[in-house]
Formats: sequence, structure tokens, C-alpha cells
Amino acid sequence: MSGGVDSAVAAARAVDEGHEVVGVHLALSRMPGTLRTGSRGCCTIEDSMDARRVAGQLGIPFYVWDFSERFRADVVDNFIDEYRQGRTPNPCLRCNEKIKFEAVLDRAMALGFDKVVTGHYATVTEDSEGSPQLFRSADWAKDQSYVLGVLTEEQLRHCYFPLGDTPSKQQVREEAEARGFGVHAKPDSHDICFIPDGDTQGFLRDKIGEAPGAIVDRDGNSLGTHQGTHEYTVGQRKGLQIGFPAADGKPRYVLEVRPVTREVVVGPKEALDTIELSGDTMSFAGKDPVQSGIVSGVHGQDGSLVECDEFDCEVQVRAHGNPEAARVKIEKGRMIARFGAPLAGVAPGQSAVVYRGLRVLGQVTIDHTVSADAQQLQHA
Amino acid sequence: MSIYLDYAATTPMPEGVAEVYTQALTVVGNPSSVHQQGQAARVMVEEARATLGALLGVDPMEVTFTSGGTESINTWLKGRTFAHRSARGAAEPLYLVLTRAEHHGTLDAVEWLEMHGFATPLWVAVDPDGVMDLEDLERLLGSVPSEQIAGVTTLVANNEVGSIQPVESIVELARAHGDIPVHLDAIQAFGQIPLNVPELGADAVSISAHKLGGPVGVGALVMRRGATPIETLLHGGNQQPSRAGTLDAAGAHVFAHVARQSVETMVARHEQLSQLRDLLMDGLAAYPGVEVRGSISTRLPNNVHVTLQGAKGEVALYLFDEQGVSVSTGSACQAGIAEESHVLRAMGCDSATASSALRLTLGSSTTQAEVERVVELFPGVLEKARAASGK
Repeated sequence: MSGGVDSAVAAARAVDEGHEVVGVHLALSRMPGTLRTGSRGCCTIEDSMDARRVAGQLGIPFYVWDFSERFRADVVDNFIDEYRQGRTPNPCLRCNEKIKFEAVLDRAMALGFDKVVTGHYATVTEDSEGSPQLFRSADWAKDQSYVLGVLTEEQLRHCYFPLGDTPSKQQVREEAEARGFGVHAKPDSHDICFIPDGDTQGFLRDKIGEAPGAIVDRDGNSLGTHQGTHEYTVGQRKGLQIGFPAADGKPRYVLEVRPVTREVVVGPKEALDTIELSGDTMSFAGKDPVQSGIVSGVHGQDGSLVECDEFDCEVQVRAHGNPEAARVKIEKGRMIARFGAPLAGVAPGQSAVVYRGLRVLGQVTIDHTVSADAQQLQHA
Repeated sequence: MSIYLDYAATTPMPEGVAEVYTQALTVVGNPSSVHQQGQAARVMVEEARATLGALLGVDPMEVTFTSGGTESINTWLKGRTFAHRSARGAAEPLYLVLTRAEHHGTLDAVEWLEMHGFATPLWVAVDPDGVMDLEDLERLLGSVPSEQIAGVTTLVANNEVGSIQPVESIVELARAHGDIPVHLDAIQAFGQIPLNVPELGADAVSISAHKLGGPVGVGALVMRRGATPIETLLHGGNQQPSRAGTLDAAGAHVFAHVARQSVETMVARHEQLSQLRDLLMDGLAAYPGVEVRGSISTRLPNNVHVTLQGAKGEVALYLFDEQGVSVSTGSACQAGIAEESHVLRAMGCDSATASSALRLTLGSSTTQAEVERVVELFPGVLEKARAASGK
């Protein structure tokens, strides 16, 4: 219970369904702000009071669990480290993976709970053999299955998302109002919860400092200087202080970030077009494609899927991106996705979530991409 | 069934007290109004003042009603500091002497004074039992010119681990170093152990009603006549010489009522509670990795405090709560996040140990059956807490 309207309604529905519910607010910062500041940031004291009030209205016990240390290590430090390595992290995904559905879930299971309930817009069902399956929510615009795509079968067994079947967020707000929750009109929180002022660059500059280097084109020609590779992300157009236009007059985009040599590689938009991505860190949201009967393949000694034939699916590379038609296969422990039409600006470090229709099959952390003009740029 | 073992946090109202309070609330009149209706309310306040004074061995005029223990402490610390500063000038250094095992009401006020350049704390060590180290006190008192020390403040008994402090010795040392004023935080101790203020020799004492079965929102600050003066904290009316604010007649009345009841039954209750305390303490300490904290010999009769190796106090608290047993970890901030115990840290415990604390405080409604039930539940709680705390 974050103090937001989604978790409030989720808790209410779980209570109405007859479950024994305990409300938990996560303290993820040792020094929370007192008042919430509009839609930025999260989990101020005011937020915890909002959550507590809803729990009181529902008549359920309420506790605050402190996971600030783990959050700092697994989410915040990971965020900084990824940028330092020239990758683009997704902290919300990491938080789900490491905090909400690992740290919290582990503690909850140890304390005798059956499931962790959240206000995420997604749905978990069980197949005929009791294995969990993860689906997009009915509200396409609010669908959060992307940030849940990193969850494993075991984690999903203990998840419940009561809001997944609601056609719109507006309806959830109306339900909150009907239930008498003051938070029904509370704005959704955007941006990164641990950067409340929204200034990610400033945050990174603060943590990483400045490490100036060269801005280069794909041929290695130096075009200018930058103050730190972490200030750039693949696909970025703004903030390139080059000072003179490209020879062809077209805008330049960041193609690659190389922290080791402190170079930022820029080029034309076409070079951003990605036709293939791959990675070796993958997870499946339930049974893997072979176990699900979608395709044939081979499992390794440890049970992981090391080979599978190519199959049709949709791949989404951003939380609010479009699912793109793709063909995915696994070769020697690497998941490879090839797109029909090129995708713009796919950044290593991001998750590529694989869908079959409305079902989330799993995801892979991108460490390698191939651009449309067949130049291989990004490396792990 | 619910078992309440958090008397240190607040106390249930004994039988009949709620009626005393609500009856008193029907008296109409501002105690400061001149007319007879005001006088009737005033009488309640003055009688209550006299009663409390008598219980503490002081005159009525030496008792000032406040809104509670926190206000009392803040009034004395800030009032003493500002009065001292006025008398000695803002340029001179000003010291307050205290340990790090004090309650947050004291620590936070002192830190605020320090932050704003009004005072410098001199931190006295506590021993591993949470008792003030008198040698260290003496050393610190002698370490700066005594006219620069605005005062010494000490708990009479530590609210977390229950250790009773050597108050007479503290006062004696302060007196010997140039009559330094001493304030006693008796919020936990009043009603549990004898408290004769003149005999103890302190300048000022803070007490609170809701630790004795009274309501929240009423307390008192005892200031001896002839004691070093303090500045007022709350301005706006001089309803009392050192404190503004409409007098709470019903609050004062019920405060005196519960205080008298507490002190009258203190000896018998001390005996009864000590026995239950020891039963509970022995029952918990029987398990490996469970250590009693605080002095065993000089301890509040109602306080049990243990650390649980390998378990987080907040997790054990939850597991007890699930079973209807209300206990505490001793520390919590406004967000409800469990913090490590600063008292245990001051006693030399490491961070993990300071996060593994469980405080169980008994009171007049606690029965042997309840204690036995808690002892019965404990091993299960301990085991599960250890299993869940790694997460």
C-alpha cells in the first residue's frame, strides 16, 4: 500500500473477496519527505499516512516495513552502476524483481502469508496444471505487465493483481471515490521515485561526477566533448553539444555509450534502427515457451532453456512502448529477437519483454543489438 | 484474547477513571475566569496541584501543569538554556550534560539547541547496563568552567531497558561542581518507584499522566523554589507563572486522581509486578541467543527487555501482534519505521543487536496467566522471527 489509489482499491477488493488481508507500506528511504510533492517521488510520510488511513477504513492491520537498505543496494546503486557502465537501467523493473516480489515476498512467505497483492495493472491466472500465467491488463493504456515481465514462475505463484480486469483507471478512481477513499483524486506518480525532482541527469552527475570525453561519429572522428557518458542514453537527440551540424544536415542521435573509453557515439537516425536484439539474462513468467508447448527446444542441466526454435511473438522494449512483431529463438543460452520492421533506439540494459498475444512469456536483458544497416554497435 | 504489554508506551485507564474524567469535564468554567463558575474549575486545578505536590514532596506552587511529558522536558531544557544565555551572554559557551540513552524528547530538543548554536551537549557515557557512568560525569563536569554548564538532565529510569539511574549521586556531583541544576525525566518512573524530589535534590522533574492510567495531553513540570530560573516556552497568558495556555481542569483533576492511586498502591504493585517481570524475563531468557538488557538488580518493576540474536525486533513484534500480544521494540518514529535502539547503541551494542530488541512492559492489569501465555508463544515467535529476518 503505497498510499496511492491503485493499491488502495486493490486492498479493498482483496478484502471484499474474503481474503485475510494485512496492509504493508514499504519504507524505501531512510529519510522520507514529509509532504508529497504532486506527482513526483513517492512514499513520503504523507503517503504512508494515506495508506494507513485506507487500511483503517478497510479495518485491516497496517505495518510499515523498512527495506531501505536493500532498495539502496539493489535499485538505487544498480541504477547508478548501470549508467556508469553505459547501459540504460529500468529501476521500476529492478524494484519489482528485487524488492516488491523478492524481499517483501520472501518475508511475507516466511511470516505465513500466501500472496503479495499490489495495485499493478496486470493479471495472473493459473493454467490447468496450476502453473501461473501473466497477462496484460484490460486497460491497455495503464498496462504494467512490462515491468512485471521480469518475474519468475515461483514469484508469480504468490502474486495477485486485483486491478487487472478493470477496463480503465478512471473506473478505479471512481471505485475509490465510491468507497470513500480520500486518495481517489491523488495524482499518479511519474518518474523515478528516488529522484523526486525529476532531474535524473543532476542525480547522476551528483553520484558519478563528471568524466569528460569525446563525442565521436561511427568512423571515430571526434565531433565534440561531453561531461560524462552517463548523461547520454541511446536514442537521445537533445543535449549533444557538438556545435556544428552534420555533413548531411540531419539531426544526430546517440547510438552508443562507451564508458570505458569515455566516448559517446552519434549518428543519423537510420543507424538507430534496430533489427535484432539479444541477451543471455532471461526469465520466464511461468512455464517457458517449450514447457508451454509453443515450440521445441532443449533444457540445460540446471533446467534453464538453452535452445529453442524460432517462434512468432511481440516484443516490447519500453514500459509504454508498442509491442513489435518479432521472431524469437534461443541459441546457446542467448535469446535473440529479430524484428520485421526496425525499432528505434533500443538501449542495452533495458528489458525486452516477450508477449504472445496478451500473455507475457518472459523477458531478456538486452546486451547486444544489430542496427538496420548491419553495423553491430552495442556490446555488453 | 489480547494481552497488553506496552505499558511504557501508554497505560489503560483503570476502572472508574474514565468516569472521574468525564465527570470533571462537565464543570463549566475557564479556571482563569474571575466569576464563581471559573473559580469552581480553578479549585479543581489547585487541588490537583496540591495533591501532586504532596505525592512528590513539594509545594503546590512548585508544580506547573503542561500538555504532557514532552512539553515538560522541552520547557526545562530550552527554558534553562535561554535563561542561562540571558544571564551569561550569548558569546559564552553553554553546556548541557546528558547521556545518549535519554528519551528522544530530550535528545531531539538538545540537538535542536545545538544545531541553532544555543548549547553544546556534553555526552556522558553509560555502562553496558544503560546506567550513567558517574566517573565520566565527574570528568565532564570538571572539563569546562562550571558557570558555563546550564544544567544536567537525566532519566530517573531508562524507558527502554528499565535501568534505574543513580540520581542522588548525579545531583551530588552536580552540586559539588558549582551548584549545577539537575532536571529529572521521571516520566516512566513516577508511580513505579518512590520519588521524593527534595530528598533527591533535583531542581526540576517532568512527569506525565498517561503513564499512570490518565489521559494523553496532561503532564507537569516540577520546579523547586529557589532553583535556577528558566525562561517560559509557551507565551500568551501567564495562566501559570511559567506556562501559558488555558488550564485543563478536568485533566489536572484526573491526573492527580490516578497519581494518588498509583502512589498509594505502589509498594504492593511493585512486589506483584516484580514477580511477574521476573517470571517473564526468565521465561524468555531461557532460550539461546536471548539476552536481557538493562540492570537486573536496579530495574523498574514492570520492565522486561531482551535482544534476540538473529531476529529483527520489528518482525518479532509483528508475530506477537498477530497472536494478540502487544509489545514494543522501544523505538519508533512517526512513519512507523522500526529504528535501531539508540539506547542499546549507547550501551555498546552493535547495529544488528540494536535492531533485535523487544520490550515488554507490564502493568496493573497484567496477570500471571498472561505472562505464562506469552512465555508459551515465545519460542514459536523466536523461531519464525529468525527465519523471516534474513529477508
